[in-house]
Amino acid sequence: MINEYLNIIFLDSLKILSLVIPVLIAVAMIVWVDRRVWGLVQLRRGPNVVGPFGLLQTVADALKYIFKEIVIPAGSNKIIFILAPVVTMSLALLAWAVIPFGENIYVTNINVGILYLFAVSSLGVYGIIMAGWASNSKYPFLGALRSAAQMVSYEVSIGFVIVTVLLCVGSLNLIDIVIAQKKIWFAIPLFPMFVIFFISALAETNRPPFDLPEAEAELVAGYQTEYSGMMYALFWLGEYANILLMCAMGSVLFLGGWLPPIDKYPLNVLPPPIWLIIKIFLLFFAFALIKAIVPRYRYDQLMRLGWKVFLPISLVWVIIVSGFLVYFKMIPTN
Amino acid sequence: MLAHSLVFYLFSFITIASSIAVISARNTIHAVFFLILDFVSVSCLFIMMGAEFLGMLTLIVYVGAVAVLFLFVVMMLNVNYSDLKSGFLNYLPFGGLIGLVLIIEIGLMIGTWKYRDTFIKTSEIKINSNLSNTEAIGNVLYTEYLHYFQISGLILLVAMIGAILLTYRRKDNLKRQDITTQVSRERSESVQLEDVESFKGVKLND
Repeated sequence: MINEYLNIIFLDSLKILSLVIPVLIAVAMIVWVDRRVWGLVQLRRGPNVVGPFGLLQTVADALKYIFKEIVIPAGSNKIIFILAPVVTMSLALLAWAVIPFGENIYVTNINVGILYLFAVSSLGVYGIIMAGWASNSKYPFLGALRSAAQMVSYEVSIGFVIVTVLLCVGSLNLIDIVIAQKKIWFAIPLFPMFVIFFISALAETNRPPFDLPEAEAELVAGYQTEYSGMMYALFWLGEYANILLMCAMGSVLFLGGWLPPIDKYPLNVLPPPIWLIIKIFLLFFAFALIKAIVPRYRYDQLMRLGWKVFLPISLVWVIIVSGFLVYFKMIPTN
Repeated sequence: MLAHSLVFYLFSFITIASSIAVISARNTIHAVFFLILDFVSVSCLFIMMGAEFLGMLTLIVYVGAVAVLFLFVVMMLNVNYSDLKSGFLNYLPFGGLIGLVLIIEIGLMIGTWKYRDTFIKTSEIKINSNLSNTEAIGNVLYTEYLHYFQISGLILLVAMIGAILLTYRRKDNLKRQDITTQVSRERSESVQLEDVESFKGVKLND
């Protein structure tokens, strides 16, 4: 009996580790890619000293953060102050559990996978709001308020984007969502929704041009102003893990997940996980380019874009898509 | 099965403990965080009972949206909890009276209430065990319970319009930004180059 439980626990932890460790390594690499692309766009070299091509730069940075002193401000609320980066990092890793890397390659396969993904990514705001409040200081607090409002607003349009995809699939399961794209990726028939999803994902992860919570000209470093050492590094890694998660979500919902573009000879040689990784990487590359190219939005424009542009458009698209499916009797049933 | 029920009772314990903490926490922000913990453990309970759709919706709606707004408002209000508590003895008789009435009502209901014969008990509703609970809810929500669904939507709409109407004030001297006029501004109409002679000054047309 107990042996059985121990067995299950051991196997599950092994499964989880085999996902979490690659994700963490990918986060470290992706930080390097981000800085490198940023540098190249601005005709600089970017980090190129530590290790081959500067690949170990993130490892060096992480080591530096580990050895730095953690300063906890005297007026802060200590428990929540320490909890905030932990919440950010663990939520960012938690959501990876349901991402399918192949038809049988996943940690868990739950009925309501997409809702789980949506729920966990909407909890990410707590890390920021806790950090902002617990720091007991003006700039972090203002940054946290901004970011809470921003993330809640853009979640609404992401929700409607997910609804349109679900209408075309007829299931909340992520594997079913990918399999439904065998004929055509949803990015083509639902292209406007893909664009809305991409821009909302930028806003949801506080990436430029929507990085107002940490706009350095106005708010120093926003919610992370008072953080130092490893706690700051946790925020920083959590943010990148979240960005990767959003890219993975985008590839599962719109770019056919692990499926190759065409199921023909030279393309289907690559194993499914590699295809998903390529798609995640391409989406992240777009994120990195946008960071380097686009100037920051003004806060009122950001709110206007979320509520007055994206929300009506995505709502109308939900109605159009469902009307289309009903009229042509294409509603998926299982 | 043993592990399942142990975990279930653990979550139940967290639910009850955190709801007690909500009303006894000294700091209002801590109270909201306990409320969030409460919501999360309730959604865990839903999931453990096999209602994964309800569990996820609790997480998305209550924790992801409602509680964030709660937290938002409470953080800005700066409530002093000790001030609130100071009137405890003054309000005790009145509050106690309300509590007493409620307890008597509950007692009456348990003691003497009889259900009508036609009343359908929840345990008698037939559930198709082949359907996942998302489909089961979808099947009845928009067919049998359509009117309840629409009425509850209408109530929410009325509440929303009411809240907007109460807080909206039209100010006449307010400058509003119009993105199209901002974007369509030309250089020729906004920049003006002038040679200024010394001691003469210059008059600009505004």
